[in-house]
Amino acid sequence: MNTTMKEGFNLAMMKGLKKWRLFSLLAALTIFLSGCGEEYLSTLTPAGQVGRDQFNLLLLSTAIMTLVVIVVVIIYVLALVKFRRKKVGENVIPKQVEGSHTLEVIWTVIPILLLIVLAIPTVIYTYKHADVSAMDHVDADGNKTAVTVNVTAKLYWWEFEYPDLGVVTAQELVVPTGEKVYFNLKAADVKHSFWIPAAGGKLDTNVENVNQFYLEFDKESAGLKDGVFYGKCAELCGPSHALMDFKVKTLNRTDFNAWVESAKTTEAVAEGDLATQGEEIFNTSCIACHATSAAGSAGGVGPNLAAFGDRNRVAGFMEHTEENLKNWINDPQSYKPGNLMPQPEQLNNGEKFSDEQLDALAEYLMGLSIEK
Amino acid sequence: MDLNKKYTPQTWPDHPEQVTMEGKNKFLGFWLFLGGETVLFASLFATYLALKNKGPSGMEFSTQTLFELPLVFIMTMILLTSSLTSVYAMYHMKNHNFKGMQLWLGITVVLGLAFLALEIYEFNHYVHLGFNYSQSAFSSAFFTLVGTHGIHVVVGLVWIILLIVRNAKRGFSLYNAPKYYTASLYWHFIDVVWVFIFTVVYLMGVVG
Amino acid sequence: MSSIAQKKGFGATLWDYLTTVDHKKIAVMYLIAGGLFFVIGGIEAMLIRIQLAKPDNDFVSAGLFNEIITMHGTTMIFLAAMPILFGFMNAVMPLQIGARDVAFPFLNSLGFWLFLFGGIFLNLSWFMGGAPDAGWTSYASLSLASPGHGIDFYAIGLQIAGAGTYIGGINFLVTIINMRAPGMTYMRMPLMTWTTFVASALILFAFPPLTIGLFFLILDRMFGGNFFDHTMGGNTIIWEHLFWIFGHPEVYILILPAFGIFSEIFAIFARKRLFGYSSMVFATVLIGFLGFMVWAHHMFTVGLGPTANAIFAVATMAIAVPTGMKIFNWLLTIWGGSIKVTVPMLYALAFIPSFVAGGVTGVMQGAAPLDYQLHDSYFIVAHFHYVIVGGVVLAILAALHLYWPLMFNQMLSEKLGKWTFWFFFIGFHMTFFIQHFLGLMGMPRRVFTFGADQGWDLFNLISSVGAFFMAAGVIILVVNIIITAVKNVPVGNDPWEDGRTLEWAIPQPVPFYNFKQTPLVRGLDTFWIEKQEGNKEGMTYAEPLSDIHMPNNSFIPFMMTVGLFIAGFGALYNGEKEWAVPVLVLGLAITVASMAVRSVKDDHGFHIHKEDLMNEKGGK
Repeated sequence: MNTTMKEGFNLAMMKGLKKWRLFSLLAALTIFLSGCGEEYLSTLTPAGQVGRDQFNLLLLSTAIMTLVVIVVVIIYVLALVKFRRKKVGENVIPKQVEGSHTLEVIWTVIPILLLIVLAIPTVIYTYKHADVSAMDHVDADGNKTAVTVNVTAKLYWWEFEYPDLGVVTAQELVVPTGEKVYFNLKAADVKHSFWIPAAGGKLDTNVENVNQFYLEFDKESAGLKDGVFYGKCAELCGPSHALMDFKVKTLNRTDFNAWVESAKTTEAVAEGDLATQGEEIFNTSCIACHATSAAGSAGGVGPNLAAFGDRNRVAGFMEHTEENLKNWINDPQSYKPGNLMPQPEQLNNGEKFSDEQLDALAEYLMGLSIEK
Repeated sequence: MDLNKKYTPQTWPDHPEQVTMEGKNKFLGFWLFLGGETVLFASLFATYLALKNKGPSGMEFSTQTLFELPLVFIMTMILLTSSLTSVYAMYHMKNHNFKGMQLWLGITVVLGLAFLALEIYEFNHYVHLGFNYSQSAFSSAFFTLVGTHGIHVVVGLVWIILLIVRNAKRGFSLYNAPKYYTASLYWHFIDVVWVFIFTVVYLMGVVG
Repeated sequence: MSSIAQKKGFGATLWDYLTTVDHKKIAVMYLIAGGLFFVIGGIEAMLIRIQLAKPDNDFVSAGLFNEIITMHGTTMIFLAAMPILFGFMNAVMPLQIGARDVAFPFLNSLGFWLFLFGGIFLNLSWFMGGAPDAGWTSYASLSLASPGHGIDFYAIGLQIAGAGTYIGGINFLVTIINMRAPGMTYMRMPLMTWTTFVASALILFAFPPLTIGLFFLILDRMFGGNFFDHTMGGNTIIWEHLFWIFGHPEVYILILPAFGIFSEIFAIFARKRLFGYSSMVFATVLIGFLGFMVWAHHMFTVGLGPTANAIFAVATMAIAVPTGMKIFNWLLTIWGGSIKVTVPMLYALAFIPSFVAGGVTGVMQGAAPLDYQLHDSYFIVAHFHYVIVGGVVLAILAALHLYWPLMFNQMLSEKLGKWTFWFFFIGFHMTFFIQHFLGLMGMPRRVFTFGADQGWDLFNLISSVGAFFMAAGVIILVVNIIITAVKNVPVGNDPWEDGRTLEWAIPQPVPFYNFKQTPLVRGLDTFWIEKQEGNKEGMTYAEPLSDIHMPNNSFIPFMMTVGLFIAGFGALYNGEKEWAVPVLVLGLAITVASMAVRSVKDDHGFHIHKEDLMNEKGGK
């Protein structure tokens, strides 16, 4: 954002803030609103600059609008109290007033002024949040300075590719804190919408074009309830639209670099007999769709499982337990209707996986980690 | 007012289509309907422009390779002429010359049929080249835009033919004058839409 | 000919209604059919709130839930709100301008049947393999991917119903332009007539894009088109544009008549002329105009770029100005008046704060960057229910009580009416106010369930409890209607005693030819003027008593519609069943043949003779 725009915005804010009423309203609103919702999910506890801009706009617009509502309600209540028929008399015929030009002008001009106060930051932020020009900046060595994530939304799961880092993952987005993170958004099948409420507003993932924007994250997610921010699909995309969640892990830059390094180098290893058994089953039944190495690029049929053991949820929404994992593998359709994972019968010679097979698979999958 | 009253050229009003309340309503209602039709075609044009030349990767068809202006130019001339003949028909209605009106409307119908025949030939030609309705988004948008116009031509022709046949033995009345008038209005509208199709689809397709 | 209802057999009555071209009877049919769809849509709403009352609920399945929300939205907008408003427009507007009937009585009947059969077609999907499930907006990538025939029912059903609405719009426009009584200048037209006029103009220009969008969907799904298939060069955003170019004006098509209804109510029950009449008219026209300039604010998150978003954001905010003008004019109308709180007035009074709340959240969403957060969250659900329920539905309930005596010559119970009001009003705010916060707390809309412990559990429960209050209100209303109909106490004209406009001057029950002599309109609120001057006759008349020309009843509109209804099934099963194409052709043939009969068979209507009119007392 250039400085003149910033000044313009500040000026507009000042104009609005001159009225002490507006100011006290703002203060009261901030306290009231931020008491609402969970820190990892609520737009009212913004976790980065984009979300904070939008939250400020929420405060400003709410304050202006509350002012309007209060004025209307005062006139309304006074009219109701003073001019009830019981009060003015049953047979009184009120004066048939035609109108008033003065009043008309007042209630046309004041709303226009209020709207201008709101319109200025609206326009400034609209441009600011769409500015992705720094996405392609490179340092002296020709490496991109900013982290860019290619997000592909697929029927009920999310693929996150880091094209400049050579890493791909799914369901859990890992980003560095304290800098702008850029996103290329696209859908693989039907339209979805990428939304991390705490970090900032959403942008649709269309089927025919790539949308770009950026988000910022202030603090590491480790201190949050589940250690992650929540992400949601915000566009109706089929029966399991409600279950198309993802999680966001924010790390400081050093940890993030370490994570990238580990993701690139970690090989899937099965530790112990049970896990080795699981690996065998996996390699006959699952590997056609699921990759187990995070090094690579996008385009997986199913979610990349290299970091499965580090994850927070099974299938994006169920608690991360072996029990849930086994249930899921043996009947994905009943948990997430309409998803594209084959039923076990299609993979395992027409039968469900046996308890032993499931135990082995679960052991193997839970052992897949790039964070350990 | 007796709707079947017989008039002479002397008593026949200047605007026979707008003498009765029904006539006035029909006149205004039809203009409004054409307003809506304009938005309808505007939507089709916008879609066509958005999908022009868009298709599966490596599509061989484009406006440049597909359209041949001479044929379309002849079609345009035929339709423009038919618009003119329908103006003659309305001129005769104003002067209470029933036979003259019927004759010119008959010519309008013949020209309309000729246009339609050429359009069917054109579509058939494209389909034989492999440019069928399902070939691409471009083909869908093209056939839908031009085809919707074609359907309007068919409706207009059926309407005018019905009017000619139905009233052949009855002559003018204040009851059928608004019907003739709105039918000719419709025919003009079809013509205007075609001018836009000729410009936007064919001319801008081949030249632009 | 007699206007006094003779006792007729059921068959004769049924035939009368199937063939009627009388705007008053068509109004009743709109009201009944729209009311039925309102109840169906309401039941769907209850199912939604039951499912969302607690986290991880399995009351309905994921797929069924999507069908329910789709049908709830589609039914309420297209089959309940709009037809019921059409009913009131039909019942009131021609009387208000002193017309015999609408300009095209035949088309009026056709419009009704198209709406009804379109609605039935759409709802038959429940019994024929599943309802549409891509939301009432039916965004193209999902609606193309949706299996089964649900979306096909949606597209064809709305196409049929939409044609009816379009015809109705033209009809009202011509009626208002051409058929006003002498002295009824544009600037003397009651607000109900003005809003009908502007809403009809919006219908005229907004429905064609929907028609085209639906045709694309039908062609893509059933006839091999590629408009929305991006692998074939298509583009799904085209659907979004076409849908919202229709969809945004549609909101004003609904809310403007509601404004008209409330304008009438405030003036009547404050016993005072509408404050700032000319600015009200101006604001109505301006809202209608701006309504076409803002559709892309539904698409801020689609990725149209900052310039488009900024322009549409500012344009959207601009609409707040004329709307604000209206609110203050209403306030100043009751200011200095003599307010009588009847049931209609109660709704009107409740409307002001409710609608202002809905309006200001609209402005908030107009701020594009903020909308990135609010869009497709529960905030938007709260917003549009505040506008549609707090505006349109309150208007419908108000008008039901206000115009019931005009339409049926009976009065709905004020006592039960107040019960309905309080249940509905409290339930409404309880259901939807809290949803603003759910949205801000990160809950997306159209979710069939939500996980526990995301901070949403309590608010969702409160919202669901509120829905039951609303349902209780509607049930009391139904009871009220039944009791009133059974008691059947005639009330005569001007039952509210302070009627101001022409419709209250007409004798009750309203003769089928309306005013015996066309009244002369001597100013705004013409009936009020006559009453103030102590005119015992009721009105001043513009013409001596003479023959009245009336249109004949006709069965053709019904047949035309049946043809399209049949053709719809042919289109739906095209390429799947071998009988599809013959059925399609058969249906269209029935329609075309009916039109040909209409075209070839002269229909000059009939005359009621002066002598017969003189013998008739005309009501009372």
